[in-house]
Amino acid sequence: MGVVNVRELTGKSNPLAEGHRMCPGCGAPTALRQAFMGMDSPVVVVGATGCLEVSTTVYPYSSWRAPFLHVAFENAGAAVSGVVAAHRAMSRKKLFREEIKFVAFGGDGGTYDIGFQSLSGALERGHDFTYICYNNQGYMNTGAQRSGATPRSANTTTSPAGILAPGKLQRAKNLTEIAAAHNIPYVAQTTLHDPLDLIRKVRRAVETPGPAFVNILVPCALFWKINPADQVKICRLAADSKFWPIYEVVNGERVVSYTPKKPVPVEDFLRAQGRYAHLFAGGGVRRDLIDQAQADVDAEWENLTQNRRSS
Amino acid sequence: MASSNAVLSENKRPRGEMTSGNMAFAEAMRQINPDVVAAYPITPSTEIPMKFAEFVADGLVDTEYITVESEHSAITACVGASVSGARVMTASSANGVGLMHEIFPIAAAFRAPIVFGLVNRTLGAPININCDHSDSMPERDSGWIQIYCEDAQEVYDSALLAIRLAEHRDVLTPVFVCQDGFITSHCYEAVEFLSDEDVREFVGTREARYPLLDVDNPVSYGSFVTSEYYFEIKRNQIEGMNNVMRVYGDISNELASLTGREYQPLDCYRTDDADYVIVIMSSAAGVVKDVADELRAGGVKAGCVRVRMFRPFPAKEISSALSGKKGVAVLDRSASPGGVSPLAAEVRSALYMSCRYGFVPVSEFIYGLGGRDLFPSDVERVFKGLMAEDYSSGASYIGLRDKNGGAEGGDGDGSR
Repeated sequence: MGVVNVRELTGKSNPLAEGHRMCPGCGAPTALRQAFMGMDSPVVVVGATGCLEVSTTVYPYSSWRAPFLHVAFENAGAAVSGVVAAHRAMSRKKLFREEIKFVAFGGDGGTYDIGFQSLSGALERGHDFTYICYNNQGYMNTGAQRSGATPRSANTTTSPAGILAPGKLQRAKNLTEIAAAHNIPYVAQTTLHDPLDLIRKVRRAVETPGPAFVNILVPCALFWKINPADQVKICRLAADSKFWPIYEVVNGERVVSYTPKKPVPVEDFLRAQGRYAHLFAGGGVRRDLIDQAQADVDAEWENLTQNRRSS
Repeated sequence: MASSNAVLSENKRPRGEMTSGNMAFAEAMRQINPDVVAAYPITPSTEIPMKFAEFVADGLVDTEYITVESEHSAITACVGASVSGARVMTASSANGVGLMHEIFPIAAAFRAPIVFGLVNRTLGAPININCDHSDSMPERDSGWIQIYCEDAQEVYDSALLAIRLAEHRDVLTPVFVCQDGFITSHCYEAVEFLSDEDVREFVGTREARYPLLDVDNPVSYGSFVTSEYYFEIKRNQIEGMNNVMRVYGDISNELASLTGREYQPLDCYRTDDADYVIVIMSSAAGVVKDVADELRAGGVKAGCVRVRMFRPFPAKEISSALSGKKGVAVLDRSASPGGVSPLAAEVRSALYMSCRYGFVPVSEFIYGLGGRDLFPSDVERVFKGLMAEDYSSGASYIGLRDKNGGAEGGDGDGSR
């Protein structure tokens, strides 16, 4: 993938401008701006409804220096399919530049849940595009409802921690592996622990012909209930606790791109966020649920490193 | 033949090819050679994407053909391609149209000039694959132009017209070209096709004004717009629809000079001196025209207005065609439970402003739901009801069994 010089990259014009209305500490614009740093070609961007779409396109302004299309919530995969097809048809007629790259993005709601079908269809059909999921593990645009990406025990507004229920009762689905099961050439998972890792992965994704899927864990400072300044710190805890394994699937081969030298218990990741505060509240620590979270993480890591996935 | 001017003498009868409504639309697509087609199968429109897939497989078109995983994705991909600058076509029916519902207003608001072959089929439940207009009527406020065709020839001609109309700079509005499922889509009849060269010359190439793919002049589509600006944007969109009638006339005349076939927004059959008129849409108009001929042979001045363009609705034309009539019956192929059926509501509304020149009674009938046939005897009964000044306030049903299993015959208030 070549050497990445961050100083050089930060000096380049980014398709997502500095001016936007995302919350302080939100990981989504950080992720997307880093993603675009790895791209040399002109890009057309398609976004699903969500925080990033809404907060970057408040009329009569736009934070997008690149062409930008938002159609609806559940169909970024289909929308980008149409754009890519139009480009194929019309660049043959020399009507538009040939070297354009196509990036679609959605939050986890627009990707794991309501947009799952259109994403799956687009991956199966093999259009040449990169899909980036900025995954903050809930419907944050509508006020922190649980999604298929919300982890077990997280406190959300539709899986609230109450007297009986300790937050969400179910595990998150593993969309990275589901994307890989489409037998597409490139799938990756990362977070904001290391910009070079993110930049390299997205560069590889857009340079790989055919569909690519990149799942980026990003904090929502507001609803993860963290200090906005701790964005990177939380992401490093996610990587170092193996809560969010950093890896890629290249033509079906799983490659772990970051193995923590000093792994930390997942409890450290949970304890750092207010959405898990009920597990540690009032001296009655829910050891059972913390152990369950550790068991989930260990099983996931074991599967990944033993390459026990079917593909 | 669709239009009233199409009564041709024997030696002028067109030497058409035997084809169906679906095949006629597919053939128009081949000749138009759109940049992108995205489609999903559903009865009875499936033949259109199937036939088009053959054109792609045989290299007869240059189209990028996206075989999507749902109708929702079909129309979404069409929107993505259309705002990119591409010429885009698709087709669907019934529940497929229903699934697309969310995206239709978005396409219209983006001024994405998609041309859509809508093969009318009822929306379940109960599930039924036959024709009525309950799939397209809910889309009448979606911001799309709606053209309803009587036969396969009109489907073909309308597909060509629709491309020019949708893409016209003053219109920039997507178009549904509707035909009756099975009745028109699957029945074979003689259709005259233009040469490929004539079609290509007529449709030209699309010149998109703000294509998404112009990376050197980036635009944002689908912005978040607050109440401070939203209303003006919507109003601008409605202006495009308001320009349709003017633009349509020019395009229609141009096509007529090539084909000899002219299509007005209304197809008025023997209405000028008529006392009694039935207003109807699509394929069933043929039955009404036949019955009108028979009644006229018996001295009754009967006529038929077929509403070809439903959006924009030709209210002025309806008003002038029907004012002064002794009685009008509107036959709807879809219901609006708890309200007035869509066509009847439009016709009554159009006549409201001409009330001061004389009241025209308008009866409302519902026929043909789920593909039930409309027989000449049914139509005759409706005309006779008009002659007997037998008007009811609510809708009457045509050809419906009563609770005891007998035929009702459409002559009672609410159950007339």
